[in-house]
Amino acid sequence: MKIVNRLRNTLLVLLTLPLLAIASEEARLDKAPIDASDYASLQRGAKTFVNYCLNCHSANYMRYNRLLEIGLTEKQIKENLLFTGEKVGDTMKVAMDKKDAKKWFGAAPPDLSVEVRARGADWVYSYMRGFYRDTTSPTGWGNCVFDPVYCKVSMPHVLYELQGEQALNHETHELKLVKPGLLSIEEYDTLVGDLTNFMAYMAEPAKQQRNQLGWFVLLFLGVLLVLTYRLKKAYWKEIH
Amino acid sequence: MTQETHSKQNKSTLSNALNCTLNWVDARFPLTSNIKAHLTEYYAPKNFNFWYFFGSLALLVLVLQILTGIFLTMHYKPDADLAFGSVEYIMRDVPWGWLIRYMHSTGASMFFVVVYLHMFRGIIYGSYRNPRELIWLFGVAIFLALMGEAFFGYLLPWGQMSYWGAQVIVNLFSTIPFIGPDVSEWLRGDYLVSDATLNRFFAFHVIALPLVLLGLVVAHLIALHEVGSNNPDGVEIKKLKDKKTGIPLDGIPFHPYYTVKDLVGVSAFLIVFTVIVFFAPEMGGYFLEANNFVPADPLKTPAHIAPVWYFTPYYSILRAVPPILNSQFPGVAAMGLSVVAFAFLPWLDKSPVKSIRYRGGLYKAWLAAFVVSFLVLGYLGTVPSNVWGQFGDWLSGADRATVVARFFTVVYFLFFALMPWYTAKDKTKPVPERVTG
Repeated sequence: MKIVNRLRNTLLVLLTLPLLAIASEEARLDKAPIDASDYASLQRGAKTFVNYCLNCHSANYMRYNRLLEIGLTEKQIKENLLFTGEKVGDTMKVAMDKKDAKKWFGAAPPDLSVEVRARGADWVYSYMRGFYRDTTSPTGWGNCVFDPVYCKVSMPHVLYELQGEQALNHETHELKLVKPGLLSIEEYDTLVGDLTNFMAYMAEPAKQQRNQLGWFVLLFLGVLLVLTYRLKKAYWKEIH
Repeated sequence: MTQETHSKQNKSTLSNALNCTLNWVDARFPLTSNIKAHLTEYYAPKNFNFWYFFGSLALLVLVLQILTGIFLTMHYKPDADLAFGSVEYIMRDVPWGWLIRYMHSTGASMFFVVVYLHMFRGIIYGSYRNPRELIWLFGVAIFLALMGEAFFGYLLPWGQMSYWGAQVIVNLFSTIPFIGPDVSEWLRGDYLVSDATLNRFFAFHVIALPLVLLGLVVAHLIALHEVGSNNPDGVEIKKLKDKKTGIPLDGIPFHPYYTVKDLVGVSAFLIVFTVIVFFAPEMGGYFLEANNFVPADPLKTPAHIAPVWYFTPYYSILRAVPPILNSQFPGVAAMGLSVVAFAFLPWLDKSPVKSIRYRGGLYKAWLAAFVVSFLVLGYLGTVPSNVWGQFGDWLSGADRATVVARFFTVVYFLFFALMPWYTAKDKTKPVPERVTG
């Protein structure tokens, strides 16, 4: 009996182990400041996303009017985020042709709807802060988050005027700001943090609802467990 | 007439009406007799423990999968251009679509969790032994159908892992000598995994295999109720019956005793299920792989293709067996055998006792070795084979993980191959007449 109990306990522990396991990344990533309840940050991120990313990258599964959820009004969305005659219920499409894009960049810019789910928020946050000046590459930029081995990247540094120029120390693999941009380092990190926060929200808009609802479901099931346990005890009283 | 007598009269009219209806049905369909045979007068041993929850839980998950699956089919598009987007549409635009989808994806993994625990129960208490061999064989068939069901379903989201996982698995068939390449082409319906493959996998997933599964589950239960349930002592309760009533002395009616007990199991299980669905639907990449949020791209092979966790022990065995005469077939055959091996247990086990409670140390050691092998192989299947680096020159630079996987593959098969020997040689304890609680 003892060995069975021990096996059972071991199994229970092993079943919960995957909760602890986190996929290891090769590139060193910084922790992204994600807070789905910070609507101001999400709104700033949405603005950055629409202004800077949503020209080459689409977010084909994200509807503009979903942004009502993060505290924007329909009027605000129409006036600030719709530029080319889209309707507020449309998804975030781009006009760029995939074939043209492939010719121009070597690879078509991927749809970003679920990018954070594919790569992780930390990756996006580190990537957008990881561009450095590389005069040998076709775009003039390198990024060791994208490609930990050769630091090659086909996307140009779109936020370059905001961040300025970084240089890579090839021995320590540290990045250093050599030409300041319009924003300070802290301001730029905040901007990218907000952008990542928005992209994390966009990757799974129902996440907050899911987490809130979960507690009520657990409460219900907790009560159910107590009741079913008492019911079982009552029925089994006569069984020995 | 007072209020009370009035309501009493109403009640008796109502129960009369119910009785009449029941009699009417019973004259045309064996309703009452079936309820008796399978619930209220099906006598189960009174000493079921923790391990006996997983059968009813497997049935619960099957129902959950079918119900959520029906709703997913209403919105999903089995089309290579639309499939990925339709899943995101379900996650965003279909009311409660995210909940239905996460219940289905979590249900798939939890199905294997409960089925593996259910199988383990069968192994430790010898539930596969005479007279329950057929129950066990139906069970192994359910397990195989379930693996097929999970595999076909995994292609449907049309992400990178869906695509390349299917590519790898279908290609396994092409290693079969002579007919292999034709077989895998026939399965795919194309020279590579494509829209045609997605369409047929959809058909397999939503109708062909669910039908097979349901039929097998019914057969599994009919066979069980014919011979009666085993128990943690491995004692046949039908041997000792009450002289007057003919009811087994250690038996209690399944309903209400085990229905109320299983409700406790269901509540506890649903709590675990809820924690995953609402707070960790990806389970750290084990239930939903990150790479599957990238749409399938036939031109871009992912650096690391790993099957979902429930297939990884067998995948490890596949990788561990080296090619022989330039053929990968031995690995594929070993993988197939590692799954089918369970079917032979009733005839491999020569022990005079059924339950682990009365077995000796030799059997317990082999069982422990098997469990460890299964878990280590399962872990190694989730990681690249260079995860632990390489040995030095003395082992010609072989991957450490591969060598470990080979060792445990051998242990895995020895558990089955040597079973006739060690179960016969094992020192067993005397089995009591009655169950011990």
